[in-house]
Amino acid sequence: MGDLQIKKQPKKYDAVIVGSGAGGGMAAYVLANAGLKVCLLEAGYMYDPQKNVTQLKNPWDSPRRGASTKLRPFGDFDASYYGWDIDGEPYTKASGTDWLWWRSRMLGGRTNHWGRISLRFGPKDFKRRSIDGLGDDWPISYDDVKPYYDRIDELIGIFGTNEGLDNDPDGVFLPPPKPRLHELFIKRAAEQAQVRVIPSRLSILTKKIKSTTDRGACFFCGQCNRNCSMAKADFSSTNVLIYPAIATGNVDVVANAMAREVLTNSEGLATGVSYINKEDMQEYQVTGRVVIVAAGACESSRLLLNSKSARHQNGLANSSGVVGKYLHDSTGAALGGYLPTLFGRKRYNEDGVGGLHVYSPWWLDNKKLDFPRGYHIEYWGGMGQPAYGFMGGIESMNGKYAVNGVQKEAGGYGKSLKEDYRYFYGASVGMAGRGEAVPREDNLCEIDPNVVDKYGIPVLKFNVKWSDYEVNQAKHMKETFKEIMHNMGAVITWGANDDEKNQYGLAKPGEIIHEAGTVRMGSTAKNSALNSWNQAHDCKNLFVVDGGAFTSQADKNITWTILALSMRASEHIIDEMKKNNL
Amino acid sequence: MKRRESLKLIVTGAVAVPAVVAGCGPDDKKAVAAADPTFNLDRNPAEIENEKRILAMPKFFTDHEMATIAILSDIIIPKDEVSGSATDAKVPEFIEFIVKDMPNHQTPLRGGLRWLDMQCLNKFNNSFKDCTQQQQIELIDQIAYPQKAKPEMAPGVSFFSKMRDMVATGFYTSQIGVKDIGYMGNTPTQWNGVPDDVLKQYGLSYTEKELKECVSFDNASANTKIETSIEPTTNSKSK
Repeated sequence: MGDLQIKKQPKKYDAVIVGSGAGGGMAAYVLANAGLKVCLLEAGYMYDPQKNVTQLKNPWDSPRRGASTKLRPFGDFDASYYGWDIDGEPYTKASGTDWLWWRSRMLGGRTNHWGRISLRFGPKDFKRRSIDGLGDDWPISYDDVKPYYDRIDELIGIFGTNEGLDNDPDGVFLPPPKPRLHELFIKRAAEQAQVRVIPSRLSILTKKIKSTTDRGACFFCGQCNRNCSMAKADFSSTNVLIYPAIATGNVDVVANAMAREVLTNSEGLATGVSYINKEDMQEYQVTGRVVIVAAGACESSRLLLNSKSARHQNGLANSSGVVGKYLHDSTGAALGGYLPTLFGRKRYNEDGVGGLHVYSPWWLDNKKLDFPRGYHIEYWGGMGQPAYGFMGGIESMNGKYAVNGVQKEAGGYGKSLKEDYRYFYGASVGMAGRGEAVPREDNLCEIDPNVVDKYGIPVLKFNVKWSDYEVNQAKHMKETFKEIMHNMGAVITWGANDDEKNQYGLAKPGEIIHEAGTVRMGSTAKNSALNSWNQAHDCKNLFVVDGGAFTSQADKNITWTILALSMRASEHIIDEMKKNNL
Repeated sequence: MKRRESLKLIVTGAVAVPAVVAGCGPDDKKAVAAADPTFNLDRNPAEIENEKRILAMPKFFTDHEMATIAILSDIIIPKDEVSGSATDAKVPEFIEFIVKDMPNHQTPLRGGLRWLDMQCLNKFNNSFKDCTQQQQIELIDQIAYPQKAKPEMAPGVSFFSKMRDMVATGFYTSQIGVKDIGYMGNTPTQWNGVPDDVLKQYGLSYTEKELKECVSFDNASANTKIETSIEPTTNSKSK
């Protein structure tokens, strides 16, 4: 191995950040704007939405017409490089565990393609144990985070409405878009079922915002999952945080840099990060006054568990033994079908924003239910851009419903079939629940002692199972969805045939891609890895600012809270540096 | 709105995109360097390698099979008064690509084509493609209607249902097919809600709360100007 050596970067950074998604991007943005020198390590490819464009492409621009590949699992236009399965980067599962793990390997991570659903947590979401006796309370409250949520709203931009709900707090909102046609039917049907429907809350600029001249307003192409290359009108870490941070001159981005270990000194303090460059396969070390880990909840816990030293024999920030534990994803269940009243509908452009214009926040009291935590409902449907799989299985529809008044035989071909496609197009409707799971110590990821990835880094082994709480919640979701579909006269074509054998269609753990809890915050070093500033109890110049830090994750998509906590932690770092505490 | 009118609009929309974007100030423009000019959409290095691997593969279908696929495609989606046929939309070429990209389609399609040929050989002494149109339709009618097909034709029913899906995907994701189906999006616009006549048709209306709190635009029209920092390459080559 004579030619293998570790290259030490001579530059001393104020901060080395591992990961460039919501948490890492926000940390880089805050620190760079404060004049600190930042090295941002990203395990994936370099990506620039201004150059790497899929927005406003037509279906025929993709030879596979938007179908997915292993390299782009949510479709050929979706702005995520990799996802479920990365060559050379395996993970393992304990028997009985059916965990799915999404890893975007690109600058900006998952924020380039995410759903932009930006729900701040409510006061109850930080104190669940006090309410139902399960899990743990956060060491902070809504009041601690509220000022940061407000600033994130203004800095990044979000639409929504102030409804005065107790656990879905008001914010600083841009005006929402009007509901689409199917959303008006959904709203009426849901309200008949006593389910509240309000404008959605998405980080999309329906108007220009004051905080920047760099970003335009949404032009309603419905393609936020492709990232808004054209107008930067939705939130991605790349468009909104990283490239502006690079423009300060204070950030060096190293792409294709797979972190191997957080380095520590004899006093147990972090000194930097060692990584392998995936392009030249050489080993590097970069040093900083603080190390900020934001590689994604599971990847962050893997990095810490692999960072063993004499002072940190259990892995870094892990004297409590909690790192990797309390892993929990959102629950999910869905069904869908058609709204026959929309057959033969008039055509117009209803792309709207990228995603739902209305949603249902949790509306019930769990004390009266057989599951302890709530869920919200997301809706979809209508006249979308044709893509691979377009109206597949039409033989299940065109014999069932008369087409322009004529009852036909199922299947067929020819001019009559073309008429059928036109008639049924645009009538689809569906809904999904996203719920809170109870974090459990025995749902975890740990280092598999026997397996390494192609870089020689020990990989994670997952051991995660749902409990009856989540299964009962999924059952409730499905019953609610059926009632809403029934109320609007919709026909369910998938997702209705569920029972206890398939956990009522409950998504696999990890499948909803909201994993959190593996490096959790807490009030003491005995039961948590981080203090209330996302700072490691065991190592004061180490911070974790991704979903790993979450004590619990509410039924709210976690990105907005990652951003708020990362901003809060980053400003704390600046304060502590000024006081020479770091 | 009648179909013809909606078609006109979509044509306008497709033309409007680059014109509108080109309308922004020249200072705002930055050169767009695609990662690889061979591809009209973003491809990362692993994808470029994958696409080139697929493009370098030898033909999967034989000429005989391709001729059969072309005939089947146009039986499923023929030219009509609204739009062209599946072969006009290059659906067979799409099918040739997709079986290389998704090898799981290879055996059902190849096997189905041979099943079809053997049926025709036994009945008409010719392969499917060399049968008369009348003979072809006689056979297709026995496999195109799943609920009334004879049990012994089940393999053909499965094959034809798969071909129907494959041809529909290829057609309705082509430029011709997108116009036919009347999808009018994928272009800058201002969403002002469901058009009034459509609300009326369904007996729906927006609430006062919605009208007050939702974003609205005075002149949502084709002349939507979007502010953009880059020039999109939407005027795409059809492949």
